[in-house]
Amino acid sequence: MNSLVLAVVGVAMILLGYFLYSKYLSKKVYRLDPEYTTPAHRFEDGVDYVPTNKFVLWGHHFTSVAGAAPIVGPAVAVIWGWAPAFLWVTLGTVFFAGMHDLGAMWASNRNKARSVGTLSGRYIGRHGRNLFLIVIFLLLLMVNAAFAVVISNLLVSTPTSVIPTWGAIVVALLIGQAIYRLKWNLPIVSIVGVIALYGLMILGDMFPIVLPETILGLSANAFWIVVLFLYAGVASLLPVWMLLQPRDYINGLQLFIGLGILYLAIAISSPTVVAPAVNQNVPEGTPGIFPLLFVTIACGAISGFHGIVASGTSAKQLDKETDARFVGYFGAVGEGLLALGTIIATTAGFQTVAQWEEVYAAFNDGGVEAFVNAGGGILNAGLGIPTSLSATILATMAVLFAATTMDTGVRLQRFVVTEIGEIMGVKLNIWVSTLVVLAVTMGLSFGAGADGSGGMVIWPLFGTTNQLLAALTLAIIAVMLIQLRRPVWPVLIPLVFVAIVSVYALIIQLGTFFSTQNWLLLVLDVIILICALWVIVEAVAAMNRARREPPVEFAEAEDDELDPSSSEL
Amino acid sequence: MTETVTETGVPGWRRRLAGVGRGLQDYYAGPYRSTFARARRDEEDLFMMMVFSDALGVPNPASYYTVELLPVVYERFHEWHRRMGMERSPLDSLSCC
Repeated sequence: MNSLVLAVVGVAMILLGYFLYSKYLSKKVYRLDPEYTTPAHRFEDGVDYVPTNKFVLWGHHFTSVAGAAPIVGPAVAVIWGWAPAFLWVTLGTVFFAGMHDLGAMWASNRNKARSVGTLSGRYIGRHGRNLFLIVIFLLLLMVNAAFAVVISNLLVSTPTSVIPTWGAIVVALLIGQAIYRLKWNLPIVSIVGVIALYGLMILGDMFPIVLPETILGLSANAFWIVVLFLYAGVASLLPVWMLLQPRDYINGLQLFIGLGILYLAIAISSPTVVAPAVNQNVPEGTPGIFPLLFVTIACGAISGFHGIVASGTSAKQLDKETDARFVGYFGAVGEGLLALGTIIATTAGFQTVAQWEEVYAAFNDGGVEAFVNAGGGILNAGLGIPTSLSATILATMAVLFAATTMDTGVRLQRFVVTEIGEIMGVKLNIWVSTLVVLAVTMGLSFGAGADGSGGMVIWPLFGTTNQLLAALTLAIIAVMLIQLRRPVWPVLIPLVFVAIVSVYALIIQLGTFFSTQNWLLLVLDVIILICALWVIVEAVAAMNRARREPPVEFAEAEDDELDPSSSEL
Repeated sequence: MTETVTETGVPGWRRRLAGVGRGLQDYYAGPYRSTFARARRDEEDLFMMMVFSDALGVPNPASYYTVELLPVVYERFHEWHRRMGMERSPLDSLSCC
């Protein structure tokens, strides 16, 4: 089958979802009101609460939620064939992710733009807040460990991406200086930055850097992981204007460019999808498609992480409540398109089905490396960029996404550690909490696999935790809708589905970890399973309470006092 | 080719370009506004502590100069001691609440 058909059908499905389903959601379910005074106007302070142009806000929202995860997940999951992944990404984006992101934004907007964490305390119950903290800690722990492994694998498999990966840090540092010290004008800085980044990719392509087999007694992979964590630790401690801010910015621009290049190449070369629609003879050791597909692709179909961005930050900047439809739902659409592009690249970027099967010889064998190589072929056929340079571009793109997520992840996890410390009555300063974060994440990367290969083993576990967080957010939205006596099925059905696949996947993985005697991950799995059951029990109880209580009406301005929220998240 | 010119005499496309520039600026600054505000506040807190150090019993060699600043920061004193975790004013001479 021609991949162009797949692209057109997929994009059309997702866009129809935006034009029809999100309209239904905003009219009948969330009832977005253009007259509602949003928190951005009510509490405008020029800092957190700033009414923002909806396109700019969408840019923020989209680039904060989209990272390497919508590439890694689908690139692994096409092992079951292209059709299951394609359907889960398109239908998931329309009925799950979009609904979830828009809902989280609406729920937060109607609650003084409070975060999901605070809302879970209010709507789920007393334990909601603590439950949320544990889930978010586990999520960040796994995302940091998994992404470190993803990056180190890419640096080893695509040595041409070493120079642009580390050079991008220098570019970001220079951009920071150019803006704050030299007061350059931003559009010029942006153009220069992007050119510098692509220049580095060409340079890296000419001078690949291959590490020796062992370096300082570590394997090349393990060495990169250690270096990455040291970097992430330092980056999270530097003043944000120096590194994180310009890095986020240039990566945001790069995300749009990369997505554009990928789809343009697909449109021009329209390669044939060689992978089977449903893979009948999956390699031995591949787990069953149900439920593992639904946790392997988390971001790109539904992701709890989006709820945190939607509620904590984006909701504080909504100019009009109706903007939430574009910012929230269309943000999910953007990520769905990235996942769709990955599916097409990893199923159509090969010459023959035999070649495809060779790459996908075992579960977790394909992954980002397959995306880089196959996508490189498509870029070459479509835009005439040499294959090696194309692979470098895609590898750098994936590395940069993962690295910015790691930077922010380590920083956020530091805040969570400090907050958990406060609950336990210990005051941790930023050095101690950063060290705690680095120790536990590195422990997980290496503990799950001796040479730091553990990251990919925990990938499905990461997806499960992400779904769990989504279930928690959906439970909050469902409780609110029940209280308001509005249609709750659009939220309830996905909620039940996500809860079932999470628990089922956790039980299946429990067996896997037991048989491979991976005790660390077994313990982690048990903890997440307990959290999952806890979320379900609390959510059912909260929904039952809401059902029995008399209906609630939204008050426009119940109390205008904005209590200082204690948390970052 | 005709250009749409507004009352201010600026052609439409230039206004749109400036709009894009402003959007980019927002896009750059937006996510970090609160981080900067917090950093500014931390700096302010340190500064307040320096100004009030003598009154709090910490000898300050520069107190000859900082005492001049007292009337300037007086209005911000209440907020500061609340932020520092003191319900009531720590100074007998200054009773703001």
